[in-house]
Parts: sequence; structure tokens; C-alpha cells
Amino acid sequence: MNDMIYSVYGINGPVVTVKGSVPFSMQEMVYVGNKRLIGEVIAVSSEFTTIQVYEDTVGLKAGEPVVGSGNAMALLLGPGLLSNIFDGIGRPLDDMFEKQGAFINIGYGEESNEKKWSVEMLISEGDEVKQGQIFAVINETPVIKHKCLVPYGVNGFAHNVAVSGEYTLDDVLAQVELPGAHTLPLKMSQHWPIRTPRPIKEKIPPSIPLITGQRVIDSLFPVAKGGASAIPGGFGSGKTMTQHQLAKWCDADIIVYVGCGERGNEMCQVLDEFSHLIDPKTNRPMTDRTVLIANTSNMPVAAREASIYTGVTIAEYYRDMGYHVAMMADSTSRWAEALREISGRLEEMPAEEGFPAYLPSRLSDFYERASYVRTLGGDEGSVTLIGAVSPQGADFSEPVTQNTKRFTRCFWALDKSLAYQRHYPAINWMQSYTEYYSDLDKWYEQKQGADFVTYRKRIMSLLNEEDGLIEIVRLIGSDVLPDEQKLIIEISRVIRVGFLQQNAFHAEDTYVPLKKQKLMMGVILHLYDKAQSLVQQQVPISDIMSTGLFEKLTTMKYEVENDRNDKFDLYIKEIDEKLSAFGRDI
Amino acid sequence: MIVEYLGAKEINGSLIVLDNIDNVSYEEMCQIVLSDGTSRQGRVIQIDGRRVVIEVFEGTRSLSLHNVKTRLKGHPMQMPLSVEILGRTFNGAGVPIDGLGEIFADKVCDINSLPINPIAREYPRDYIATGISSIDVMSTLIRGQKLPIFTGAGMKHNELASQIVRQAHLQGVDDDRFAIVFASMGVSADVAEYFKASFSRAGVSSRVVMFLNLSSDPVIERILTPRCALTAAEYLAYELGMHILVIMTDMTSYAEAVREFSSSKGEIPGRKGYPGYLYSDLASLYERAGIIKGKEGSVTQLPILTMPNDDITHPVPDLTGYITEGQIVLDRALSSKGIYPPVAVLPSLSRLMKDCIGEGYTREDHSELANQLFSMYAKVVDARALSSVIGEEELSEKDKKYIKFGKRFEEEFINQSSEENRSMQESLDLGWDLLSAFDESELDRIKKPTIEKYFRKK
Repeated sequence: MNDMIYSVYGINGPVVTVKGSVPFSMQEMVYVGNKRLIGEVIAVSSEFTTIQVYEDTVGLKAGEPVVGSGNAMALLLGPGLLSNIFDGIGRPLDDMFEKQGAFINIGYGEESNEKKWSVEMLISEGDEVKQGQIFAVINETPVIKHKCLVPYGVNGFAHNVAVSGEYTLDDVLAQVELPGAHTLPLKMSQHWPIRTPRPIKEKIPPSIPLITGQRVIDSLFPVAKGGASAIPGGFGSGKTMTQHQLAKWCDADIIVYVGCGERGNEMCQVLDEFSHLIDPKTNRPMTDRTVLIANTSNMPVAAREASIYTGVTIAEYYRDMGYHVAMMADSTSRWAEALREISGRLEEMPAEEGFPAYLPSRLSDFYERASYVRTLGGDEGSVTLIGAVSPQGADFSEPVTQNTKRFTRCFWALDKSLAYQRHYPAINWMQSYTEYYSDLDKWYEQKQGADFVTYRKRIMSLLNEEDGLIEIVRLIGSDVLPDEQKLIIEISRVIRVGFLQQNAFHAEDTYVPLKKQKLMMGVILHLYDKAQSLVQQQVPISDIMSTGLFEKLTTMKYEVENDRNDKFDLYIKEIDEKLSAFGRDI
Repeated sequence: MIVEYLGAKEINGSLIVLDNIDNVSYEEMCQIVLSDGTSRQGRVIQIDGRRVVIEVFEGTRSLSLHNVKTRLKGHPMQMPLSVEILGRTFNGAGVPIDGLGEIFADKVCDINSLPINPIAREYPRDYIATGISSIDVMSTLIRGQKLPIFTGAGMKHNELASQIVRQAHLQGVDDDRFAIVFASMGVSADVAEYFKASFSRAGVSSRVVMFLNLSSDPVIERILTPRCALTAAEYLAYELGMHILVIMTDMTSYAEAVREFSSSKGEIPGRKGYPGYLYSDLASLYERAGIIKGKEGSVTQLPILTMPNDDITHPVPDLTGYITEGQIVLDRALSSKGIYPPVAVLPSLSRLMKDCIGEGYTREDHSELANQLFSMYAKVVDARALSSVIGEEELSEKDKKYIKFGKRFEEEFINQSSEENRSMQESLDLGWDLLSAFDESELDRIKKPTIEKYFRKK
């Protein structure tokens, strides 16, 4: 720590310089100006120190003081994160609202931590504690227990252990005596620098899918818990809608939703919806297990750059308690643009399309923080990252999409033309892919039976064949195709409309359990097999179509309730009955 | 005490550089007085120790290193506001130009405003009936929304905007609590006159605040115009509880002004020469639309932007589309067929409509009907593509039906007179009427009970 005061020399948007040799270190958090704006040191030289400021610099003057904090830009981690909403550098927006009113003003300062939490201590006097160990438990919300962790690097014996009871974030709950005779206070909260990944014992290869209840994802392009996935799509293709659906329905314990440079009304909608949406698993509002980070597009750009690190640090913190966390970042393109903007102000040499040369390495650093791990405390936990990408002009060849593709193993390509047809989720089945099949197939076989994987492969190959046929139909019409190929087109239509399309606003269809997904695929393929054998016996396809079975299957997603899987037997029976009539006729 | 600085160190484009300046704050306003006594407005855009860069809004023509005196005003750009601004006309920098004198300020506001705290926002729920079927049914305008019109040179966007102004009806709001803020950036005097005339024809002139920066006015001033307009809108909405519709035209000229300004500063250009921060800059305007909890009014934005060469992937429409809550896209082909308003239904979208239509808002069948019309019309496009290859004669019966539907949809549903004000009921019924050409089994987006209630009932 140094108490010397240095002063602002130059100001250019969010970039502020301090002249002369200054003892600030890289990534140190500093307070800029009389209003103590929060900034971070991003370049140091003997002549100038460059600081990016996380708040608006309007009204700042040369000569105002700059004070170092002695610490890296860090986040206060502790109970109170869940069901709360923060800005890009982790300041609670509700507290700001109370103190400043409807508009975000500069110089907010720091939040007050007076709230008392009911702590249940798990250690007693003289116990040995290790880094990452859970030493106390707090009911943070009715559904999530906050497990207080011994900070990294702290190993020793606990003394002056507090009794279970009501404490605030700042209260000392125990003293840990470290080797070398000095002690460290143990609190329910800890600071962690946002740009440093939190340490773990080891990574575990991903083997469990993140179940989302969205058919096109779970059945065709699953992502693993601890994996990373990208959702690219131009505006209006339903990126945000897909992210919302995933946040609402995926089976992670905790959701971290980062609105990074997006619309204010959309964040407002997330807040509104999540607080009204009752989670079927817990019967409590979604907000009980959600952390929201909102740095909308008009909030300071430097804080937007920080917001995804803030999000992933919170996600890792809960992972270290042994939870499965899913983090949605909407959108990483805005984050990349913030990088570009600041890089431009620093007059760095641009690489592709004006983005700085370090864009790929920053992206890989971020996506690498997705992992399935054994924590320091010995539990298993995971962070799954789902990043939306907003390519300029919906052109997937631009640098952010291309580099994101390199570091994520799952790619859900959104397609504008599907969105125009109101085919939602508009995930294009030909452009999307996942590399997690080999990791997850075993799980699917164990939990859903070997035929799940077979079904998926057959569905995929039908869609593939259809894609080729559609080209021909576009050129010369469908009349010229032989019946067998017409059948592929018809059955693919059933797959597209009846299976891939999913209605987010329909009470039953918005979330579909895996078991039902499998049965739906089964019924569709059953119809295909039966119809195919009839076509081979020269039964005209128009006769088969006239049974109305194809139309019927497109609506089974609505007709069969999620808990009435027995109804699928009736479908099978009806298919058999109606089609066997043809068999006899011939 | 006001200090005056004599002379300048450097003049370049719209920028002047002064040296040895103390106690200046970032984005502070200044007044530049020439030796002939005229004065211009400027703003501090960069500080390097005692060296300060100032952008001059009216341009630097006839400025020299010795004939200028600079006065620092000690505050960022502000605008005096009161209820009297209703019915008044200002220039692009917020100075009255209608000869009715200065505004006696009730409140002085910083034109840059502050970002709205996301949790202070009220989620928009009420629709604005525009009386135009293609908008009301297919991409409903919502109070507190920002819904741009993407258009091209020569299309009837101005007619459409003025029709919306004339017909816009807010459910449960008295007319005297509804006002319009009009900002023109780099449009020709004719266009400005056209809007003026149409406001007076609609009898709303006394409730319009106009900010005019015409194509002959200083380019840099254009950067201020929308900010002044939105500051006025926010004042009327949040201080006086009015519902404000802000029309901003043309956003492309605005973005070009930002580009010009950026290149004169010597910044590294991004796509098509626009600065890398164009997204943040546009967002700082568009995000000022909304409704705030506990306040009565609302700010709805209807920006108009011309797509250069009708290219929707051009940076300005592209970035705008990522910020705004949908868009209304006008289509050259429809326009040349003589269809008004030439709204291209497929790429048009209102992101907020899903929660603001249906039972209790418009009518229970609205969302299903709109989805069905969308999906039918998407098939029309496929059928037309096919028919252009193999000829209409060779099409299957099904495809012919789509072609026929497409024609009726464009001529009867999209097409309407610029004086025609269709009620929501009429527009919805018209949609059902068009669908009656299809069999019930083909309506795959509509649920049974809705079909039973509405299908072929008229």
C-alpha cells in the first residue's frame, strides 16, 4: 500500500493516464478523481501509467487525484450473490437504485454489508482447516446452501471459532493459525481477482450432459456439464430467446446470467420473468438460484469488458462449493467490441477488422474456465459456459465467431431464414455440431437405453438426406421424386415441425424431459419404418399420407403431456392399425 | 470567474487544440469567440496534461491561430427545459430558431443523460395502435420500445412515419398527455417541411418539439441533435409524466457525422471506416427509450434510417438491429409494385410484442394468427422462387395456392391507403379472411379452439 497521491494527466474517453513513474502494478484497482471512480491499471511504463475507468469520465479534470488500492481488481464473494443483480464490476444495482434513483450516477462507492446471515459453523476450536474446505453453511436462499470456503492458500489450525449464529459478511468467524506463528481471520466472504481462474484440485473429463429440455439440443447437439458452447446468430434469429430458455430450464444448480452490452428492456424482462417463474424442481422462484450481471449497452464500456470475468468468477465460486453452474453470456461479441474500443483508445496496432491481436487468446482464456472439476475441498462441481455471438451482418466468417468456434466444442448456429418461418429454436441442424458425442454417449446409453443414440443417428441422417433432396425440389419441384425420396421429405417435415420446433410459450412444450424426447423420436422413426416398407411394396405415398398420420405426429408434442408417456403406445398402435390396412389390400 | 484563453495551437478539421489550459474537465462545454464578435460552441474531447482538444460544432471555417478566444463554461453540454418547449423549434444544438425567444428554464439537464439502472426499468406492456395492419398485427409497436424503420432512398418512409404520428393511439391515454419529439439529422429542408405540414394537418403541432439539423447545417452539430431531442423527451416523460414518441431521421446521417468526427480525431477505423465505438455510441441513444418504475411517462423511439444501397448488413442498420427491439423493414420490390406501406413482413420484427398482445391486450387469437401468417408468407417466398425457375404453370396445386395467398396478402393486408386507419379488430379479421383460402388442417400454428372460434366465421 502506498499513501502517495498521484494525479490525472490525460483523459480520452474511459482511458486515463498518469504521468511519471508510479508504483501501481498491472491490473491494480485504483480510484480516479475526486469522485473516486473505479479504474484498473492496464499499462505501465516509466513515463505513463494507463488506467481504464469503469465509470463515465465526463467532468473529470486533469490534476485530480489517483489513489492505488494495492490490490488487483477483485470481487467480494459471499452470501447475497444469489437472487441479486450486479453491474459489470460486481456492484449491486438494487442498492444503487436505492441510493441514486433510476439513473446510474458516477462515484457510487462501496456497498454496505450490514445484512446478518444465520451461520451454522462446521468446525470447532483447534480443528485443522485446509484451503477449499467448507467451514460453515448458510441458507442463502430457500433452495441453495451457501458453503463458506476456507480461502486458497490458508492451511492451519482454527482458533477463536465463533458459535453458530447471526453474523455479517465482515464478521470474523475464526482465526486460522498459519505455520510461522501469524494468524488470518476467517470470514464468510472472500475477495478474488476476476481475471484469475480459481484454483482446483483437478479437471475431470466431462461425461454428463447438461439437460436443457430443448429437443434439438438434448437429442441432437448436447453440451456436457463443464463444457462450452457458442450460439451465433444475426439479430432477430432468437439468440436471446434461446439463452433465456436455457437459463430457465437447464438442470444446473445455479445460473449466472450475464447481459453484456445488451438491451435494458431485455434485462428487465429477465428480472421480471425469473422472479415470477416457478422452478418445477424446487417450487420456488427461479431467482433463488440465479445471479444476474447486467451491463447494458449504454453502461460504461470498460465495465462491459469486465462483466464476463465477473460472471465466470462468481460461477467458479459456486462450483467450488460443489455445485453445477451454467453461465450464459449474452453477448460475447459486445465484449469483444469493448476490447476493440479500448484497444483503439490505446492506439494499439489492430489485427482483423480492427480487433486487437490478443482477441483469440482472451477468448480462449475465457472459455478455458469452463470445466468439470474436483474442487480443493474434494467435491465435484462444474461450470458450463454458453456464449452468444452476434456476428456483424450475420456473417459467421468474422473474427469473433471464427475464434469462438476454435475454443468451444459445441456450436448451435442460429439461422435467420428459420426464424423468418417462425421455426424456433432457429438452430440450423446442418450447420450446428457438437464434439461431445463421444464423451456423452455412454451416459445416454446408461440412462436412456442404447436406442437413444441410434435414434439420434437415424434422425440426423434423415435430415441430412432431406437437405440434399430439398436442393432438387427447389430446382424442379417435388413431383419428379420417387416415392421413397418423397417419404424422406415428408418424414423430415414431421421431424422439423413435430420434433425440432419447440414452442417456448406452450406450457407443456417449453420443457420436455429426455424420456419423452426419446419416445417422440421412436414414434416418428416407427412411422418411417412402416411407411418405408409399404412404399417398397409399391403402395403410393399419397395413400399413406391420406391416413393423416404424418399430420397427427406433428402435434403429438402438444397432445401428450410430459407425464403421460404411456400415450405414445397409442400412437404406435394407431400407426400399426392404419398402415396394416394397406398391407392387406395389396 | 470566467477565464478566456487567447489563440489556438493547432486547427484541424473540426478540432482546435489549445495549450496551457488549467482546470478543464472532460466533455466541458466552451464558447469560442471570433475577432468579429461571433461565437461558436465547442466541447472538450481530449485532455493531455495542459493540452486540450476541442471539437467545434459549427466547424472551424475562418478560424485562425490568433483570432479566437476560448471561454470554458465549467459544465458539460446542458439544455434548459420547461413545459414551454412544446410546440417550439430548435436547431440541432438545442438553440431556439423559431424567433420566440429563449426557454425560461424550469430544469437544466445534461444532454448526455445517465444510463437507466436496469432494475429501475418497467417492462413495456402496452401496445400503441398505429392503424396499419402490417405493423399492428405482424410487428406491434409497444410503448417504451425502440423500433426503427429500415428503409432506402426513394421509399415512402416519411409518409409511413407521419401516418403513424397521425394515427398513433395509446390505450387509455388522453391526447394532451401524448407528445412528439422530432429530430432531423441531415435531411433536406423539404423533408423537414413535409413533417411540419403533416404535424399541423394532424392537429398536433402544439404538442411537437422539433430539432432541426438540415443537410446544409454543420455536420458535427448532428452529433448533438438526437441527444438534445432525447433530453427533451426524457424531461417531458419523466418529469411531466407524458408519453413521448421520438422520431429521429436519418440515423445514417448521424452515424456518418460520427465517422467524420472520428476520422478527424485520427482514430483507427473499424468496418467501412466507422469507429469501433459506433455500437456503444448508437446504444447511448437508443437505450434512452423506456419506462421507469414509479414514473408515469414513457419514451418510445421510432428512428428512421436509410440503408445505403438497400444493404441491411451495412454497419449502421446492422448495429442498430442489435440494439433496438426489432425493426420495420421496407422493401424495394413491394414499393415498386405500388404497395404502401411497403413493409417487408418477414425480416420485420417486434421483440416486445410477444408479452403485449393476446387476451387482455389486443385479442386472444393475435399471436397464433400472426405466427400463421408469417409462416404462410414464408412459404409464399419459397413458392415464388420455385415458380421463377419452372414457371407458375408447373407448380403444384399447393404452391399455386400459396402464390395466390401471397398476392392477396400483399394487396389487401399490407397495402392500405395513407389515410386509412384500420382498427386492431379489422386488421385481425382481415388476416383470418386471407387464411380462409386454406384448409383447416394446413393451419399448423393455430390451436383447435382458436380455429373453431375464428376460422371462416365471417
